[in-house]
Amino acid sequence: MTVSKFGRRGFVAGGLAMAGAAKLAAPALAQGQTRLNFYYPVAVGGPITKLIDTMCADFERENPSIKVQPIYTGSYQDTIAKTLTALKSNDFPHFAILLSTDMFTLIDEDVIVPFDDSDQAWIKSFYPAFMENSQAEGKTWGIPFQRSTIVQYWNKELFKEAGLNPDVPPKTWADQIEIAQKLTKRDASGNTSQWGMQIPSSGFPYWLFQALTTQNDVRLMNPEGTRTFFDDPKVVEALQYWMDLSMKHKVHPTGIVEWGTTPRDFFERKVAIMWTTTGNLTNVRTNAKFDFGVGMMPFGRRGGSPTGGGNFYVFKKANAAERAAATAFAKFVTQPERAAQWGIDTGYVAVTPAAFETQRMKDYVAGFPAAAVARDQLPLAWAELSTHDNQRVTKALNDGLQAGLTGAKSAQVAMAEAQREAQRLLRPFQR
Amino acid sequence: MSKARATIYGWLLLGPAFVLLAAFTHWPAIATLYHSFHSTARRNRPSVYVGLDNYQGMIDDPVFWQALINNFWYAVGTIPVSIGLALLMALWVNEKLAGRTWLRLAYFTPTVLPMIAVANIWLFFYTPDYGLFDQIRGLFGLRATNWLGEPGTVLGCLIVMTIWKEAGFFMIFYLAALQSMPPNLAEAAAIEGCGRWTFFRRVTFPLLMPTTLFVLVNAVIGAFRMVDHVVALTAGGPNNASMLLLVMIYDVAFRYWDVAYAATLTVVLLAILGTVALIQFVVLEKRIHYR
Repeated sequence: MTVSKFGRRGFVAGGLAMAGAAKLAAPALAQGQTRLNFYYPVAVGGPITKLIDTMCADFERENPSIKVQPIYTGSYQDTIAKTLTALKSNDFPHFAILLSTDMFTLIDEDVIVPFDDSDQAWIKSFYPAFMENSQAEGKTWGIPFQRSTIVQYWNKELFKEAGLNPDVPPKTWADQIEIAQKLTKRDASGNTSQWGMQIPSSGFPYWLFQALTTQNDVRLMNPEGTRTFFDDPKVVEALQYWMDLSMKHKVHPTGIVEWGTTPRDFFERKVAIMWTTTGNLTNVRTNAKFDFGVGMMPFGRRGGSPTGGGNFYVFKKANAAERAAATAFAKFVTQPERAAQWGIDTGYVAVTPAAFETQRMKDYVAGFPAAAVARDQLPLAWAELSTHDNQRVTKALNDGLQAGLTGAKSAQVAMAEAQREAQRLLRPFQR
Repeated sequence: MSKARATIYGWLLLGPAFVLLAAFTHWPAIATLYHSFHSTARRNRPSVYVGLDNYQGMIDDPVFWQALINNFWYAVGTIPVSIGLALLMALWVNEKLAGRTWLRLAYFTPTVLPMIAVANIWLFFYTPDYGLFDQIRGLFGLRATNWLGEPGTVLGCLIVMTIWKEAGFFMIFYLAALQSMPPNLAEAAAIEGCGRWTFFRRVTFPLLMPTTLFVLVNAVIGAFRMVDHVVALTAGGPNNASMLLLVMIYDVAFRYWDVAYAATLTVVLLAILGTVALIQFVVLEKRIHYR
């Protein structure tokens, strides 16, 4: 089914392109046709596949000499697995969308090439927070495309019930404990029927933890991705704060909080405040049967959140013409108008300030102010944890965090052990 | 037919299966062994022979030991109970009772469902507060429990789900064996005045032994092979409390891209399964009567 669809589209597009080339008989013909395979993941709800198909068709219309074949490859995890495997064969992707944090892994695997940065205006057009995860060794390896951050969502009805101002979310860490205490409901036998807040900790707790460390004004790694600072006192302090929410203040569920069911806990009014990705905006908007607010993260020593999401990468196996064509595609879809439309359609944060200046985006934000929260938080945002041997280093931190949150280890010990493991893994890259 | 011709026929008949087995089972196993003695290739660092380094690293890796121990308890928890349950269900639905087709179907349903779908259903069962189990416990005034979020309960949760999933599948084999059992045995036993329990212990169960061996082999392999639900439910967390050997191999191979270490772990898995299969076939074989 899928194959026949691609086949037919390929045939029609090819025919059109040939007709166009014959008429123009321009450089396009001299170069011949450039065909690109484009792997992309789908990580959020909505008709992403259709949007990508349309985008590719639009691009081909403006660039008749290039043909882009978009290939849906599952989750981010599946996509990088398929990409790295396919690059060992003769039928490989020329460019792909992969996690921004996989940059060092892709460099170490020696499969990507940096973008041609002669067009500095384009490289500089993105939010700097997104570029932190896209540049290394003085080169630009990734172009931000589907990017997100963490924000807090709160249930305005529960705020009213608790006698709180429904329009004001927690603004500081101290505030947060106080407000969450008012929002936590217990019955006589000590059962909690409603939690004040929750921060998911299954799967990739490091990402949500990074919101806490960012707010505590401490970085988890150096920009070169060769060192981590998991045992920094401020990191330990951030973990202690998270642990205290459940163990000391009892405003947060104990143990590991499932990422996948957190939105549902929110819809079921089991929790009044949740931290999750901006990518859940559309989901919450559709399913919350109550008035909700979306706000910036509270301030510790500072505010902020890590960034997240995917970048474009161009592979080494592509030849010069194919690399140029892939770059042209990345440029095409990150134009302000297109970036704005993509943000509106998907809930991802538009990647350039210019996109927020377009009329289309201004109208959208006017009707749905929550869409601008992520943008307003971006000046405070930092890069997501990304190092060499990234998945393993991240796992060391995840294990430490879960050990702390389940009470198996103290914050101090858990982070010291995570740091020791990360240090062991990164030693070969520190030379 | 001449002897040469017979030989050719023999090889031709054997050929397809032999080629498939060699290409997809034996060759990968040998290649895995080869890779386990080499380092993983990285930028500027091609793969080299490292002897037993990968194995030394594995012995020093606490996550490996945790996965191994978890896998042991997972096997011990799932295999006997699911086989016992399967036998019990098979004996029951083999009786002449009303609606037994529906009953058989109901028992078999979990097997039909894809593992990922099952995991998502059970994710809801295990959800704290409004999940099915906590709602039932709530009726008795018991506290909400974070089933999948505590290291103490998470492995038990996976075991319960696996038993639910596997028992129906094994039941089908027992049912088939019971159906093919000649009724005159029961009649003869009845004439001799043999009780139901004695009949089961001395006749039915021994006759079911070949089935039990088959089911046992499958259950052991299943305990090491079924991991889809772990990925969907816990991804091995919290802090590796539900990490199983195959999940770890997947992580090492396709998330960390450490091919050499993944090969090393695979060799261990192969060795474990090979040994268990050998014990089962050699030791149990002697105690089984094939008709």
